[in-house]
Amino acid sequence: MSMFKIFDVSGSAASAQTQRLNVVASNIANADTVAGPDGQAYKSRQVVFQTLLMGEASSAGVQVSQVTEDQSLGRRVLDPKHPAADEQGYVTYSNVNPIDEMVNMISASRSYQNNVEVMNTAKSLLLKTLQMGQS
Amino acid sequence: MQNRLTQALDFQTQALTLRAERQRLIASNIANADTPGYQAREMDFANALRQATGRTTPAGALTATHAAHDAAVTSLREEPGLLYARHSQDAVDRNTVDLDRERASFTDNTVKYEATLRFINGSVRSMLEAMKSHTQG
Repeated sequence: MSMFKIFDVSGSAASAQTQRLNVVASNIANADTVAGPDGQAYKSRQVVFQTLLMGEASSAGVQVSQVTEDQSLGRRVLDPKHPAADEQGYVTYSNVNPIDEMVNMISASRSYQNNVEVMNTAKSLLLKTLQMGQS
Repeated sequence: MQNRLTQALDFQTQALTLRAERQRLIASNIANADTPGYQAREMDFANALRQATGRTTPAGALTATHAAHDAAVTSLREEPGLLYARHSQDAVDRNTVDLDRERASFTDNTVKYEATLRFINGSVRSMLEAMKSHTQG
């Protein structure tokens, strides 16, 4: 039954979008982090999506192939009184851009909704197919 | 005689199978709306149905018309009957999914799938009615 594959396809996409939302959440949470456990400033993370073939070409799911870290330098603020300040008195914050993250969040949540809607439609079609020939 | 009774259903069955196939295809496109490099696929429904109901090919088989085939590199395996959707706008990540169009196609296909289901139900109902009427007057 080929329609059942839709749940695999849309489910994998929803799961990938959830992971993206997760990464966005941790980026936003760490937007003002001065240093992580390793003493380095938090680096903004990004998920990379990849097509996941499910049997045939007409059903292609999504998977997260890797999580990358943005290596650019974080925001530096002159604050000599801060305990994490370096010799010159600068504190390095994380390189998270809150605006980027908000946009990413909206995009992820919209894509998630799209996939849920696809699954709902597929479900109602399958239920109607089950009643074929009755009444 | 038995065959002639269900003959009308054969066509609708093929149509329903292809509709389900197309539904899955559009679901894949929507799922991959954010995947870099993904090339949206499309099905030439009229042609696929003609091939499926014709005598030359086995039931359910899809055959390609390569008129709109794009030579773009894709990780997807080649499958007959599937075309590459023409994209309206270029994206930086080479993704060619047009979400608005896909959603419209998805709704369109949903309605047509239900219509096919109703046609089948209608045929079955009239067939049952025809069987009943003789004995029950």
